Amino acid sequence: MKVKAKFKNDITSVRVLAKHPMETGRRVNKETGEKIPAKYIQELTCEYDGKVVFVAQFGTSVSQNPYLAFAFEGGKKGESIQLRWNDNTGDIEKTDATIK
Amino acid sequence: MDISRRKFLNLLTIGSTACFALMTPLTAWAAWASDAFNATKPEDAYKNLFGSTELIESDQVKLKVPKIAENGGAVPVSVKTSMKNVDSINIFVKDNPQPLTASFKIPSGTIPDISTRIRLAQTSTVTAVIKADGKLFSKSQEVKVTIGGCGG
Repeated sequence: MKVKAKFKNDITSVRVLAKHPMETGRRVNKETGEKIPAKYIQELTCEYDGKVVFVAQFGTSVSQNPYLAFAFEGGKKGESIQLRWNDNTGDIEKTDATIK
Repeated sequence: MDISRRKFLNLLTIGSTACFALMTPLTAWAAWASDAFNATKPEDAYKNLFGSTELIESDQVKLKVPKIAENGGAVPVSVKTSMKNVDSINIFVKDNPQPLTASFKIPSGTIPDISTRIRLAQTSTVTAVIKADGKLFSKSQEVKVTIGGCGG
């Protein structure tokens, strides 16, 4: 997942691009005629300084390679935020990003 | 090193308690709202997610979404508000197989202003619902789709 965090006017703005197929479970593979099993991110969290600052829960209607932008009060240049997502199949990805 | 059976058991208890203490706050947040996400009608999703279907239409909910989307697979959506005590921001697509699209928890100190990209299976009304002070405020807009996003 690509993360950009920027500190300005006492606010940290975060932009996230998670690499994920976000399969709905309703799509059919045209060659085999079989349904492609559902695989989508269910939850993405962001922590800063030991505190959860943002939680996103997704269904299957979020686009492939989900994009997210949010912001929280505080933060500090040079410190890091911790992001994590998990999907319905149990896959997890964690990324740390430095606030710039 | 001499560790008695009792001491060993005490250590185990302390260890597991510490683990629980660390785990609990995370799992409390991590309860994915499966009933609400699996609901096939917006009203059922509201009921499952909020325990209520009483939405108050409000211009304080700023919903930004294009009127016409060429590609329903990635429609940019932004929701923000100047309201205080915002608990969550939620996005629903009325005519998608599962209307609840995304639910964002806004802890205190987080700005109630989010952007993401969503799928529209067909032309549909997009509704943003903001939970603040225990009430549900909403704003809706229709988005015309020329190519669906959930095809196969």
